Amino acid sequence: MNDRQEQPVAPVAPSGAPAGGGRAQAPVRKQAARRRFIRSAVMIGGVLSLAMLGYLPLASARKPRLRPPGALEEHDLLSSCIKCGQCVQVCPVAAIRLDDIDSGFGVGVPYIDARQQACDFSCDAVQCILACPTGSLTYRKPASLKTRAGMLLAQSPVLKAKEKDPEPTLNLAERIGVARLARPEACLAVQGRGFKGQARGPEYYGRLRYVAIDRWRPMPVREHPYDRDLCNLCVTECPIGDAITMAERVDGDGRKRYRPLVREQCVGCGVCEMICPVEPAAIVVAPRAPWGA
Amino acid sequence: MDGFERLRVMFGAAPRKPLVVTPEARQVHSLKRMTKAEFEAMKEHARAHKLVNHKWRNRRWLVLIVVNLLFAFSFWLDIQILEGALTASRFVGFHLIDLNSALQVMLAHKHIIVNLFIGTATVFVLWVLLGGRSFCSWVCPYHLLAEWFEWLHLQLAARKWVSDHEFHRGTRTVFWIAFSLLALVSGYTIFETLSPTGILSRALIYGPSLALGWVLLLLVFEVVYARRAWCRYVCPIGLTYGMVGALSPLRVEYRLEQCFHEGDCRKVCLVPHVLDVVIKGRAAALKTPLGPDCTRCGLCIDVCPSGALGFDVKGLQKLL
Repeated sequence: MNDRQEQPVAPVAPSGAPAGGGRAQAPVRKQAARRRFIRSAVMIGGVLSLAMLGYLPLASARKPRLRPPGALEEHDLLSSCIKCGQCVQVCPVAAIRLDDIDSGFGVGVPYIDARQQACDFSCDAVQCILACPTGSLTYRKPASLKTRAGMLLAQSPVLKAKEKDPEPTLNLAERIGVARLARPEACLAVQGRGFKGQARGPEYYGRLRYVAIDRWRPMPVREHPYDRDLCNLCVTECPIGDAITMAERVDGDGRKRYRPLVREQCVGCGVCEMICPVEPAAIVVAPRAPWGA
Repeated sequence: MDGFERLRVMFGAAPRKPLVVTPEARQVHSLKRMTKAEFEAMKEHARAHKLVNHKWRNRRWLVLIVVNLLFAFSFWLDIQILEGALTASRFVGFHLIDLNSALQVMLAHKHIIVNLFIGTATVFVLWVLLGGRSFCSWVCPYHLLAEWFEWLHLQLAARKWVSDHEFHRGTRTVFWIAFSLLALVSGYTIFETLSPTGILSRALIYGPSLALGWVLLLLVFEVVYARRAWCRYVCPIGLTYGMVGALSPLRVEYRLEQCFHEGDCRKVCLVPHVLDVVIKGRAAALKTPLGPDCTRCGLCIDVCPSGALGFDVKGLQKLL
């Protein structure tokens, strides 16, 4: 190979491959090359336009997704997420799923459908953040990344399950959304009614951590029936301290009126939406909404 | 063919005849000049001794299936050996990050955390040792599917129901640059929305998705219009690993003296331009390593009746 001998080699057997080098091309071959070039250009255009389909309003106008705890702002999340699903694998209640191709650039990016299965912080340490290899989910954002007003929590939220631990707070600086009473007229507490039975019926497979029963093993909601004179499931099952309370006031006619009241410590985990026994839920999480919006 | 020439060919240039040929190689070339009858007789002799085997193919399929099942079982059965998907994972706790996915994320996000760097560096070293594009043929699940559908394409093509339309191999380089620029400018990892490797890997682990429809569409395109189109002309993952493979000591070696120039290897090869050297008169030396675009799949080794192709580790002979 490194021996300097000039003399080119013996005549080349004709082959299907297009000839490189200086030999003039036969007209047929020239035409074939031109066709191939056009085909290639069309394919480049085609594949690149398919890849850009995510820009269609159709894909971006979808209902905003609730992202796992610690998620960066939506655009930063979509650019940094490597779509490996390690967050899915570590979640003890299987709250996290991966999005499909109809979400455009969101394909393979994790989201939570709170009504199906909310994040109840059963893992205590926010395992999904620990698992993320690219920092899409993070405890502390680098300063260069955007944080919207109202997303930062006033103080580290207290995890009710850890209340008696030396360190009762959850390592989470930002909320992922805010709960709001979307259909007050349907809320059992607003109607002054109680609730008895399985919160979501016998068919529901969602799980929740019931600390009094087993701190480390979340159990199916259908195996834990309730009996309340006044429905307050969203208040009692909320995993975060001081995130939701039952407001009480006395009407002119002397009757007591109730209404769940979401407070600043709400992280947007969606447990209230998940446990709400009316269909569709009276209380829901507004994904990625800041406090006070 | 020197290293630079091999890189040129990988990026899409047509292979050229060598300018310099060693005296030994020239001697072999001239010894191989014979009458047609002599050559036919020799070929017949070689054919009679031909051992049809699928040694490397079977090993490769086994490895590919085991790796992908290891991903799936780590989640399904919670054995936690290889957690994640092909884009990024953890092997018993160690971060592994696919080089092309890492590149896309780094360009789109412009912020690299330590775990991302460690995982990428580990995988880089791993594939420098293991041969770069060997990722394609030994790990990528789309490669296996495409291989099966290629068989279908060849069956149909033999009956003249379909024919292969070639594209310019430079299109893959254009795609690589385009997807890198798109990630950099848009801030989205745009290639990942289309990558059949990621889609298949996730579907295997986390369950079927609509995105599989796109993969099926690609396979149908490859069957009816262009043989192995995605791997040959589009996939930037292949080019990324090809560049890594250029540094790799593990490659397939061509031995001129044992070759009868029958060309069976070029018929089974995903990237036949790396086998340009097997054309009669093309080899510049007695032993030539194939170019970095070679996926080290071993199909050519299996099909060669005279053992002219084999795996080789650069420098290993000297070391032993």
